[in-house]
Amino acid sequence: MEKRVRFRGWLLPTLLVVPQLAITAIFFFVPAGQAVWQSLFIPDPFGLRSQFVGLGNFVFLLSDPFYRASFVTTAIFSASVAFVSMAVALWLAVLADRLIKGSGTYRTLLIWPYAVAPAVAGVLWLFMFNTRVGLVSWYLGLLGYDWNHTLNGEEAMGLVVIASSWGRISYNFLFFLAGLQAIPKSVIEAAAIDGARFWKRFWTIVFPLLSPTTFFLLVVNVVYAFFETFGVIHTITSGGPQQSTTILVYKVFSDGFVGQDLGSSAAQSVILLVVVGILTIVQFKYIERKVHY
Amino acid sequence: MKILGKSRLMAATVAFCIAGSTAAWAQTEIQWWHAFTGRLGNLLAEQVDKFNASQSDYVVVGSHKGNYSETLNAGIAAFRAGEQPHILMVFEVGTATMMAAEGAIRPVFVVMADAGVDFDPDGYLGAVKGYYTTTAGDMLSLPYNSSTPVLYVNRDLFIEAGLDPDMDLSTWQQVDDALAGLKEGGVTCPLTTAWQSWVHLENFSAYHNVPFATQENGFAGLDTELAFNGPVQAKHIETMGNWTRDGKFIYAGRRNEGGANFRGGECALFTESSAGYAGVKAEAQFAFEIRSLPYWGGVEGAPQNTIIGGSSLWVLAGHDSDDYNGVADFLNFLSTSDIQAKWHQDTGYLPITLAAAEQTKAEGFYEANPGTEIAGMQMTAKAPTSNSKGLRLGSFDQIRGIIDEELEAVWAGDKTAQAALDSAVERGNMLLRRFEQANR
Repeated sequence: MEKRVRFRGWLLPTLLVVPQLAITAIFFFVPAGQAVWQSLFIPDPFGLRSQFVGLGNFVFLLSDPFYRASFVTTAIFSASVAFVSMAVALWLAVLADRLIKGSGTYRTLLIWPYAVAPAVAGVLWLFMFNTRVGLVSWYLGLLGYDWNHTLNGEEAMGLVVIASSWGRISYNFLFFLAGLQAIPKSVIEAAAIDGARFWKRFWTIVFPLLSPTTFFLLVVNVVYAFFETFGVIHTITSGGPQQSTTILVYKVFSDGFVGQDLGSSAAQSVILLVVVGILTIVQFKYIERKVHY
Repeated sequence: MKILGKSRLMAATVAFCIAGSTAAWAQTEIQWWHAFTGRLGNLLAEQVDKFNASQSDYVVVGSHKGNYSETLNAGIAAFRAGEQPHILMVFEVGTATMMAAEGAIRPVFVVMADAGVDFDPDGYLGAVKGYYTTTAGDMLSLPYNSSTPVLYVNRDLFIEAGLDPDMDLSTWQQVDDALAGLKEGGVTCPLTTAWQSWVHLENFSAYHNVPFATQENGFAGLDTELAFNGPVQAKHIETMGNWTRDGKFIYAGRRNEGGANFRGGECALFTESSAGYAGVKAEAQFAFEIRSLPYWGGVEGAPQNTIIGGSSLWVLAGHDSDDYNGVADFLNFLSTSDIQAKWHQDTGYLPITLAAAEQTKAEGFYEANPGTEIAGMQMTAKAPTSNSKGLRLGSFDQIRGIIDEELEAVWAGDKTAQAALDSAVERGNMLLRRFEQANR
């Protein structure tokens, strides 16, 4: 009997790779290619006719001040969501890691919010902060603060950031906890013997050793904030007030499915594709260098 | 879900009959996609059941496809996939989109003529018919539910504030006095509104006989431009901005969120669709009354007439000609005065045919429910002008979103009324140009 690691011939290896290639082509390259193709046209909603406009859709978009403002909104939103959800998760993970009794229960409870769909999370937070019947806004009113996210753009942004980060904390928590538990205890004990306090140990040993996890979560959370927060925005603010929470992906939806302007919507998808591509390259090129594996 | 279950059973029965070739007949299915749930959905299902029971050639199957916007999107997506229903409910805002879609729709006047059905579009109220009719006088879609904004008054709060609940509230000047009195009398919410763009700009413009957009509000051509930043509208929005600052107008949201505040007894005055009547009647624990929408005294031509909101039924192209005979029968059935009068009385929507209005009157409904006739009177008081026929603007769902945003800026005190309206016009015009280009 002959045992060989290498494949003989090319047929079998090709067959083994084909499913993966087919999936990538069908679910990624074809739709992305179609979006690029569509972005060059202005079709009517029913698909009865369409006109070639070249880069006309892009010119129209980039000359729209509200579209340009949407980039800034998206940057603020994504950075806030990534920071809030990761910082809180890391803090909770550090605390959970030190627990001796009941850590299982604690962990399970913290993971629960991840099971809540974004749109449902949006509705939950919306009810708490509803300007007329919300519990939180009522208490804020007692403290003399007039909460009204339907008119105040900063409050609206704050609310969608909290609602988007909330479910995400669980996800980040899991990874941080696993990362913390993978750090050899001996390193930390050695530092403790040398007299380093908890926070000193955390910043000089734990945090740098955790950097692969942090980096991974950063990429994943930014992508999440870009694409998956749609449900939260849709239920809480619908992009308002005055477009202050209209992130790029929400504008793709509202132009395409409310305005039935499929040409502009396709052009925005292409721009979004390019932006996320650049962002990922930057993250891997510059931030990853500081990561210790 | 009940409807769906029934339709499956029906489909199974039909399939069985065809397979077994035991029956000499086969029923043709007519698909109707609509946007109604709850009570309206039940009343709609009742109409469908009544039609199905009245004849044996066709079976109408109603399917709920989400809210108005979602239903329109479902219809468009289905058309692109070649799976479109026969009849699609489209809200009035989507009218321009449907009208521009030649080739996707089958105009109602053509459907009726081809089927040889004796159908008289002149039986519909002028202001309702005009919205869905070409400038040449051809009816493109069948009006289904139509309403118009009116003023709801909480009489108890007027008395509490020491005001006469019977005081004249025909003009905004008089409302201004009332708001001052209500505020002084300790009412926390003197005035609120639903659908701010629809009531305070679209209907406001028609009611004061000033254009909302050029080219007869879009009826005369796709090259229309928004024009609601004129002095009459700007003054009204500015006044409402001042009322907001003084705590006399309470903004509750873009849709009908304010309804909860009024029905709960918090607000004294409420501008809302006449179709809100059933809800107010069911929930209000106080004496309420319906008045005509106020107008600004001194504006020439005011009050003109208000315009409608609601939906109409569009017939989509691409089905067998026999199917369209069934569609014609069903639409004709829907326009009979018995169906229309019942719908009007059950829902608070306008009686959209003359016969239904007369029948309702003859049945004594208006005496038993005072105030329900006001919406109809307000719409038909004068013959519509080119400013008050309605609106026919592309991308209008999104333009309304823009108007909402700019109005919110006024309520928040961030912008003056004129600046906000100018900006809304400019942004909306960009969308109108896109629409014009897409439908050239």
